[in-house]
Amino acid sequence: MSAVGGGEAPGTATRAEVCAVACAELFRGDGEIVAAAVAGFVPMLGARLARATFEPDLLTTDGGPALTAEPVPLGARAGSGEGGVEGWLPFRDHLWLVLNGRRHVVMGPSQIDRFGNMNISCVGDWERPSRQLLGVRGAPGNTRLNTTSFWVPRHSPRVFTEKVDFVGGVGTDRGAHELRAVVTNLAVLDFATPDRRMRLRSLHPGVTLDEVVAATGFDLAVPGEVPLTRTPTGEELRIMREVLDPKGLREREVPS
Amino acid sequence: MSGKTMTVEEVVASLDSGMTVGIGGWGSRRKPMALVRAICASGLTDLTVVSYGGPDVGLLCAAGKVRRLVTAFVTLDSIPLEPHFRRARQEAGIELTEYDEGMFMFGLYAAAHRLPFLPTPAGLGSDVLRVNPGLRTVRSPYGDGEELVAVPALRMDVALVHLNRADARGNAQYLGPDPYMDDLFAKAADRTYVSCERLVDTADLLKEGPPQSLLISRAHVTGVVETPNGAHFTACEPDHERDEAFQRLYAAAAADPREWEAFRERFLSGDEAAYQDAVRAWREEAGR
Repeated sequence: MSAVGGGEAPGTATRAEVCAVACAELFRGDGEIVAAAVAGFVPMLGARLARATFEPDLLTTDGGPALTAEPVPLGARAGSGEGGVEGWLPFRDHLWLVLNGRRHVVMGPSQIDRFGNMNISCVGDWERPSRQLLGVRGAPGNTRLNTTSFWVPRHSPRVFTEKVDFVGGVGTDRGAHELRAVVTNLAVLDFATPDRRMRLRSLHPGVTLDEVVAATGFDLAVPGEVPLTRTPTGEELRIMREVLDPKGLREREVPS
Repeated sequence: MSGKTMTVEEVVASLDSGMTVGIGGWGSRRKPMALVRAICASGLTDLTVVSYGGPDVGLLCAAGKVRRLVTAFVTLDSIPLEPHFRRARQEAGIELTEYDEGMFMFGLYAAAHRLPFLPTPAGLGSDVLRVNPGLRTVRSPYGDGEELVAVPALRMDVALVHLNRADARGNAQYLGPDPYMDDLFAKAADRTYVSCERLVDTADLLKEGPPQSLLISRAHVTGVVETPNGAHFTACEPDHERDEAFQRLYAAAAADPREWEAFRERFLSGDEAAYQDAVRAWREEAGR
């Protein structure tokens, strides 16, 4: 990833828009697979933006079981004048597709460690947790069988922990298929190190290295030179603001 | 053909404490809430509940009906965490069998087809195997020799599902965007009870949907109950969407024991008709 932003109007993009483009970049090169960006508005927007620009073969949904003929705006349902539906993916077929493999999922960890082991089940002892969360959902199968990325809207030491209380999604040290990257409100991280532990890939414009290190509860691999996350192009900004997210749901998830 | 129509009360009276009860739907979507509410009001205890969990699990936990829960998650969808389920885990210590979503589905497929287990790689490497020490793995007998989790059949005594339409014979139809796993629940259980938005004549089943919308066959159904708005407040498209305002009311009340007592008194102290009346009154009062 280059330090040179492709933005025609750098400085005008909000942090949420930088994050959405970083999420779009997760899908670069994926081709004709299902983008299952279930972790929030920003990755959902990112997947649809990737499809609307540099990754046109991606399959995306309306958040329900409809595979939409075109990327639809956040919150819109397929068939409401957005070009209709090209396929049907109810929950059971989604779960079969996990085994088939033509799928890249973005999940939202409550805790994640340096190898990408992730937890959405509970905080504390599993037998009697101090905080019960969602439950493991599809994390074990997703991470074992599909390309998986992560979205963390609030990068903090509570999320980036030395140890996770329950290994739901498996990390690079426990048989993950491919953990591609972690996009947060501060930075992009990946696992491109010799022992496949987490490293800082790029800092979002306006974020310092110290901020990221302080917000990470384990020793992060930091290369000698850390590039800036690519800023949105003018066309990407236009598509996000006018077409895919005119209501600005992205800004609720990552306030600037 | 003798009719299988029953009342909510008759269905619940046919259940026993200690049973394993499967509940269809997914999260806060098309849950057989009228039947769940009636179980909460009954003397049943000690249930093992098998569910892709939503407020069905929450209500049953709040009423102290659950000994063990088998699930992959409990969520209200638009509200991520279920307050009653959280309290049940954090304070009451209900037993939990926590599976990956795909493992859970394989357990249903195995039970539905009378297989002892089905193999899947999902779960390997994760703590799902740590917290379910009874789970075993198998090795492929073919050249690949792959190790797989042998997910045991999720057999159940009874399944409860809510569909859009059904006839008196027990044929049941979904008209919404997703069948969820309701047909698998029906086949996995010894007995299945269908609640439906509207009971129709068999001859009318194809008036609203194609043959492939006939999700559940009467061969797998013991009883049918007409419960208009019986999935409330969960989604039951196209009959009605999720009642988000009421779900917010529920979740806020569930997060506070005193508020929950008031909620329970207002909405859950009578039968299903009383519940629907109370919801209508609340809606009018709130100007909705």
